[in-house]
Amino acid sequence: MASKYSQIILFSLLIAGIQVLTHVTDSSYHLTQLTMTAYYSLLVIGLCMLIGYAGQISIGHAGFFAIGGYISAFLTTHDFSAQKGLPIVGFLVKTGIMTRRPDLYGGDLLTVHPWTACILAVCTALLIAFVIGGPVLKLRGHYLAMATLGFGIIIYRIVLGTTLLGAADGITDVPAFGLPGGIEVSGKGAGRIANYYIAWGTVVAGMTLLVNLIHSRVGRALTAIHGAEDAADAMGIDTADYKLRIFVLSAGYAALAGVLLTHYNGGIGPSEASVIKSVRYVSIVAIGGMASLWGALIMSLLLNYLSLRGSFGTFDDAVFGAILILIMLFAPEGLLRKQIIGDVKALFGRSAGRGEDQ
Amino acid sequence: MNLELLFQYIVAGITYGTIYAVVAIGFNIIYNATGIINFAQGEFVMLGGMTAVTLSGFLPLPAAILGAVIITMMIGGLVEIVFIRWLKSPSVLRMIIITIGLSIVIREVALHIWGEGVRALPYFSGTSVSSINLWGVFISPQVLWVIGISSVMVFFLSLFFNYTLTGRQMRACAANRDAARLCGINAGNMVTLSFMLSAAIGALGGCIVSPITYVQYDSGTPLAIKGFTVAILGGLGNSTAAVAAGMILGILESFSIWVLPAAYKDVVSITILLAILFIRPSGIFGDAEAARLKEY
Amino acid sequence: MNLLSVEGLSKRFGGLQAVGDVTFSVPEGSIKALIGPNGAGKTTLFNLISGVIPSDSGTIIFRGQAVQGLRPWQIAGRGMARTFQHIRLFPKMTALENIMIGRHTHSRAGFIAGMLNLPFTWKEERAIREKGLAIMEFLGISGLENSDATSLAYGQQRILELGRALACEPKLLLLDEPAAGLNMRETAEMARLVTRIRDTGITVLLVEHDMSLVMNISDEIIVLSYGQKIADDKPLAIQKNLEVIRVYLGEEDA
Repeated sequence: MASKYSQIILFSLLIAGIQVLTHVTDSSYHLTQLTMTAYYSLLVIGLCMLIGYAGQISIGHAGFFAIGGYISAFLTTHDFSAQKGLPIVGFLVKTGIMTRRPDLYGGDLLTVHPWTACILAVCTALLIAFVIGGPVLKLRGHYLAMATLGFGIIIYRIVLGTTLLGAADGITDVPAFGLPGGIEVSGKGAGRIANYYIAWGTVVAGMTLLVNLIHSRVGRALTAIHGAEDAADAMGIDTADYKLRIFVLSAGYAALAGVLLTHYNGGIGPSEASVIKSVRYVSIVAIGGMASLWGALIMSLLLNYLSLRGSFGTFDDAVFGAILILIMLFAPEGLLRKQIIGDVKALFGRSAGRGEDQ
Repeated sequence: MNLELLFQYIVAGITYGTIYAVVAIGFNIIYNATGIINFAQGEFVMLGGMTAVTLSGFLPLPAAILGAVIITMMIGGLVEIVFIRWLKSPSVLRMIIITIGLSIVIREVALHIWGEGVRALPYFSGTSVSSINLWGVFISPQVLWVIGISSVMVFFLSLFFNYTLTGRQMRACAANRDAARLCGINAGNMVTLSFMLSAAIGALGGCIVSPITYVQYDSGTPLAIKGFTVAILGGLGNSTAAVAAGMILGILESFSIWVLPAAYKDVVSITILLAILFIRPSGIFGDAEAARLKEY
Repeated sequence: MNLLSVEGLSKRFGGLQAVGDVTFSVPEGSIKALIGPNGAGKTTLFNLISGVIPSDSGTIIFRGQAVQGLRPWQIAGRGMARTFQHIRLFPKMTALENIMIGRHTHSRAGFIAGMLNLPFTWKEERAIREKGLAIMEFLGISGLENSDATSLAYGQQRILELGRALACEPKLLLLDEPAAGLNMRETAEMARLVTRIRDTGITVLLVEHDMSLVMNISDEIIVLSYGQKIADDKPLAIQKNLEVIRVYLGEEDA
């Protein structure tokens, strides 16, 4: 039982180690991209639960990221001054839900407090996931893939085409997210180290919750559903309900990642909702091993960081597409598995036709 | 709205609907032969259009189109041979992901070859502003080319599948692969042929519609989604119904501009897709049991 | 008292009447067998009773309440557990974990409790584990706890699936061909286990082809043919039933 936490501790040490390394080599600028990587990783581990443990494919998860990011961005940048006169606005200001803050030009903005915006954004994402999850998860195979793809594209088209959401330019000047103790989630250089730990701390916390879940009664039920859904049903497990909950949970992770990254970057654009991004997340889960949370996390750390650094150049998207193809062709259960060596042998040895499962 | 405007909307709807139907037929051919949904179908359309534009730089238009169709056809066959042929009974999920990956890679390669700009073939007859007076309504001659060539293509396809030996062999494979094999039909080749055929159809579609809609490196995915919507709407695997379904989607999309801003046009077709998937995945003309028969 | 009462149950698949107007009951505390030639509709009947497929018409009364139309997991929650004709153990899980799944309806740690690893779950997990081990001992398969379930010997897998169903603490146990693929010794062992299970107060309804097992342990037998019930009686009477003999052996030998 303790071993499940030992991996978390090891990972935390790794994160701290990386930070110390950058400090020692005086290359702290790396931390910015590593922080962004953390938030993308938060989405990836949620997605891994959905694909690996609930056995559902989703090629539209960037949509939930965008829902979280855009709602929070909009609420904290849109000037509600026009509605100043309404009594409800006065009430919201008094309770701190809405605040006055100066904008770049010294003017006065009436916006929603980042905390409230965050909660609203994540809750909206959870609600949407709950509403569409029911019908979507009844679908199988191609239909499920297309439905999730379609969902992602709808979100993309909405944010791209709506002037209020910045259309093609997205939303900028998103304020920092204040945390207790005077630190804030923002891209400012002074808070670089703090933000690094905030981001990865969130990931570690999120990971802990998921690891706990996998080792619990629910996790066992999920593995059962994934393995033999009809038998799980016969054992008293409400399979549809469990799948929906995982879908909503993964949407929540994605939305939270969207909110935090948006405040860190100070803005968000429609590309965050694109199909390319959704495919990228799926390919990371695939290469990490569909049902391996740690595999997905490690691969996310590696690949997202490399991508953000520009190591893939103009072939950035092609790389992830190629990863998908190669992994699905040669190692459908991912790279980071215990049986990898045996499988490499089998690949070059006999052409045994292994029965394929998901 | 007056009658003239109504007719323009209908014409636009039919034009786009024809292309969606062409993409849908491409989906159906591969689906019927293999049970796979080829997510890269839209890229064949895009490749056809882009290649034709490049070739038209130094070849007369008909030759450029023919060249583009042949090249895309070869690419389709190559894709099947390299990525799909040697997989032993892969799961549905695996195939979906592979074709999605292929779609991305093809798109990125296209980006590197042709850049981000939009391209278009010249109008087959006349120019972008010429129009033909049809019963008092003015439509572009290209529309007639689109509908005409597509109809001819659908006609020849149905001849192929019903009256030629190869066509019937493909249908046999679709209905029951093992039984077809026992009759001496090379199922593997049939699959490759289905990819080549789908690619050719898609490419031709891309060529004929490019003067009106332009092509660019990422025009593939939206077309694939709409083509898939049409295929599902008509009942997956049923290409005759796909034609009707294409018209329906095209016209619905066209009239949606009346009520929604144009930026949301794609949202309309996807919403229709989701509605069909949720309510009646076997499509308007499909029948849950017949869908399993997978005939052309 | 009848634990299960089925009345006028029918199911048609296209042109085939798989189950036609079947009526019978299973008395509490008994072992009832469902036999019939291949294609008679036995597994379909099982699937109707356990909620896997919806019936066209008829009622299913379980423990005094109508359950037709309920989802399988709801029916399981009311005290009905089943095994499958083609073994459906959970792959990628150990033997013990498979049995522990059976305890799902008797435990309650949900998503929030699971994610936060709340203390009450520790006790619950321990109890689930111990109950699982106890069942394995009852069935004589102790020692296999940590083996990968799908890598066990066929006979052991059959018993394991039985254990998983037992973990549900069912009032009614539906066994779909529990002796299929077992040799004589294993079949005798299975018969013994089923009888012991009945002796603990669990009612059993089983589908079986092995006549020796059926005749030995059943209190009552129903015979299906082409979806119709043609006999419902004690074993000795069934053996002498002309209609049953005709259905199994054909006209000439009747």
